[in-house]
Amino acid sequence: MKIILNNKEEILELNEDKISVNKLLEIKKYSFPRLIVRINENLIKKENYNTTFIKDGDKVDIIHMISGG
Amino acid sequence: MNFQEIKFRLSKKIVGIAGCGGLGSNCAVSLARVGIGKLILADYDIIEESNLNRQYFFYDQIGKEKVFALKENILRINPNIDVQAHLVKLNSNNIIEIYKNCDIIVEAFDKAEMKEMIVETVLKNFPDKYLVCGVGLAGYGKNDLIKTERFGRLIIVGDRQNETCENNPPIAPRVCAVSNLMANVVLEILLGDENENNS
Repeated sequence: MKIILNNKEEILELNEDKISVNKLLEIKKYSFPRLIVRINENLIKKENYNTTFIKDGDKVDIIHMISGG
Repeated sequence: MNFQEIKFRLSKKIVGIAGCGGLGSNCAVSLARVGIGKLILADYDIIEESNLNRQYFFYDQIGKEKVFALKENILRINPNIDVQAHLVKLNSNNIIEIYKNCDIIVEAFDKAEMKEMIVETVLKNFPDKYLVCGVGLAGYGKNDLIKTERFGRLIIVGDRQNETCENNPPIAPRVCAVSNLMANVVLEILLGDENENNS
């Protein structure tokens, strides 16, 4: 499966043709508490990370917010 | 475009600054110098001596509300700017009301949870607005780590890795660099839009 992750092409070797947001976060080791996740520019709520799936060709943004200003 | 032209185009624009600390004060001052028409500022905090290592305030302003002191400093630099100052802690409700007429919103908070809150609020309620965020600016050196990344209308400026902590404090050179890169992105968007309209 090929997606665009944070503006870069990313190839995922999966048994299925989709992956949940939570699973992607796990694979890519995004363990930070403050994340913004968007699929094709739609914001995904945290409570939906398990039930929202990413498909081939999707554009996914995962932005990690850190303190400082 | 010559400066008169830039100034004239910017004079019709409204920029919202969410937070008036290191990022917000420096970004706002930069935008004021080039003649943005209107700045909408919001912050609830008071100036402390420890803020002066990076924030655009003066020693004799310690104890004042940041939002009012920033308005004062902006007007000393450029009295032609319409500055609206809100002494308030921003949340997902008042952000919508305060910034609804802005062309662009600048996220200039300190804490990660506040940054997350405004990104979620703006993406949900104002999908057509540009939001420029500062993420990763603590410490010193490492110039080449600072980047500008675009995610549609959400633009992230910073190194996206250096979080503020005891041994990695936010201090003027890097914080001001990121703030001014944010102001620079704001100009690019505002003047870019104008170019499209004219062509």
